Amino acid sequence: MRLSGRKIVGGKAEGELIVSQKPLSFLGGVDPETGIVTDAESDIRGQNIAGKILAFPRGKGSTVGSYVIYALKKNGKAPKAIIVGEAETIVATGAIIAGIPMVDGIDVSKLRSGMRVSVNADEGLVEIEE
Amino acid sequence: MYLTKEEELILAGEYGYALQKAMEILVALGEIYGADKLIPIKSAQIAGVSYKNIGDAGMEFLRDFVDAGAKVSVYTTLNPAGIGDDEFMEKQMEVLELYRKMGIEITSTCTPYYGANLPKFGDHLAWSESSAVSFANSVLGARTNREGGPSSLAAAIVGKTPNYGLHLDENRKATVIVNVDAEVETFVDYSALGYHLGKVLGSDVPYFRGLRPSNAEYLKEMGAAMAASGSIALYHVEGETPEYRWAIADKLETIAVEESDIRAVKEAFSDDWSEIDMILIGCPHASLAEIKEVAELLRTRGKPLKVPLFITAGRAVKALADALGYTETIERYNGRIIPDVCFVVSPIRGWYRGIATNSGKSAFYFRSFGFSVRLDDAENLIMEAP
Repeated sequence: MRLSGRKIVGGKAEGELIVSQKPLSFLGGVDPETGIVTDAESDIRGQNIAGKILAFPRGKGSTVGSYVIYALKKNGKAPKAIIVGEAETIVATGAIIAGIPMVDGIDVSKLRSGMRVSVNADEGLVEIEE
Repeated sequence: MYLTKEEELILAGEYGYALQKAMEILVALGEIYGADKLIPIKSAQIAGVSYKNIGDAGMEFLRDFVDAGAKVSVYTTLNPAGIGDDEFMEKQMEVLELYRKMGIEITSTCTPYYGANLPKFGDHLAWSESSAVSFANSVLGARTNREGGPSSLAAAIVGKTPNYGLHLDENRKATVIVNVDAEVETFVDYSALGYHLGKVLGSDVPYFRGLRPSNAEYLKEMGAAMAASGSIALYHVEGETPEYRWAIADKLETIAVEESDIRAVKEAFSDDWSEIDMILIGCPHASLAEIKEVAELLRTRGKPLKVPLFITAGRAVKALADALGYTETIERYNGRIIPDVCFVVSPIRGWYRGIATNSGKSAFYFRSFGFSVRLDDAENLIMEAP
């Protein structure tokens, strides 16, 4: 399956998907030391996003969330790439300052955790291995 | 989004890492929100100052930016800092120092317009303190979106912001008419009105009918409360604010605010004096007129407060209060003017049990942090306080 979206931050990455079907808050929602999701409202609470390709519909919460994404990168716990339905300021800014490839305009409901994907953010492409 | 030759070069990294990252942020936001180009800004105002809010992650980001030689290219001021224990203050001072190294004025205030960062009508800005954004847009007629800390910093460094949202005429029109069918006369009435509407409206552009504010502080307070309980960044008041004549679009929904709506907010924050061990005036940071009023009230009261009174204000305003003798009067009655800081962004849990304030914005946050809260006008608070 090939999904086409829009580049927010360029770059390429491959790996295993972790998918939240709910909006995700990074400030207070993801532990920057471990990469574990702590957001009480999240459907991937308790799971680790480090080294995965992270997909969710959109960000929510404090704009300080951008810095949490930066901290994840500094601590080696960042996702390899970010896929969202709709980019907003918090996550986009975090991905830019952390240098994480990011694509938006993807229908996240088509994605499932555990799928293998390759992301070509420069072209806005997400390819899922069948 | 169209970029000039120079902007393209900045984006390609020809002017170094810091400018490149800043430009990447602006270009990405411009693309997300459909901006046609970047426009120059007159000033920036940056959130993400309290160590409580940005933490080590934010500091690391700022340090890397400073090391890369980041410098602001327009007049830029900061949001208030936090206060806490010694360990906290050490980190807090370090945050301020990082901002200073980027050429930012360390006037840490949520009301920079009471100092040198006073925009004029039509100026484009990149501000990120929600109450200041509301005041600049609504009362001054300047133009800014609700920026996040990193995006206002990026705009300050590049000196530009993407042209979308409230920078455009069409987005400054009202989206709802608010008929005020209630007596709204005092500071706390405006605060309660704003608090109520923020919850009801979310991110609308309200157009008020039936309001006659006797001073700009009332509008400041209403806007701050609306931007805290909702995400309102611009409102118009018929006959009062500078853009109301062009604000009405066709077919607007109308809502009414009644006496009971205002009363409900006041009743929600009416904890007893026995639970209060601090009085706070100055959220958003007090103007000189507000400080003068407190000094006069204390003189009328005639005996010192048992519960300490704190007034938070920008340092420029405090300097004026010092010069005019208000500070001395306030201190004589167990009050203090504290410059540069904000209790809402400070780790003060455990320092106090309950806070009495005239600010709906403060009331909203302190209640959510678990404090007892009493919301009333400065006059009532100072006359009734133990």
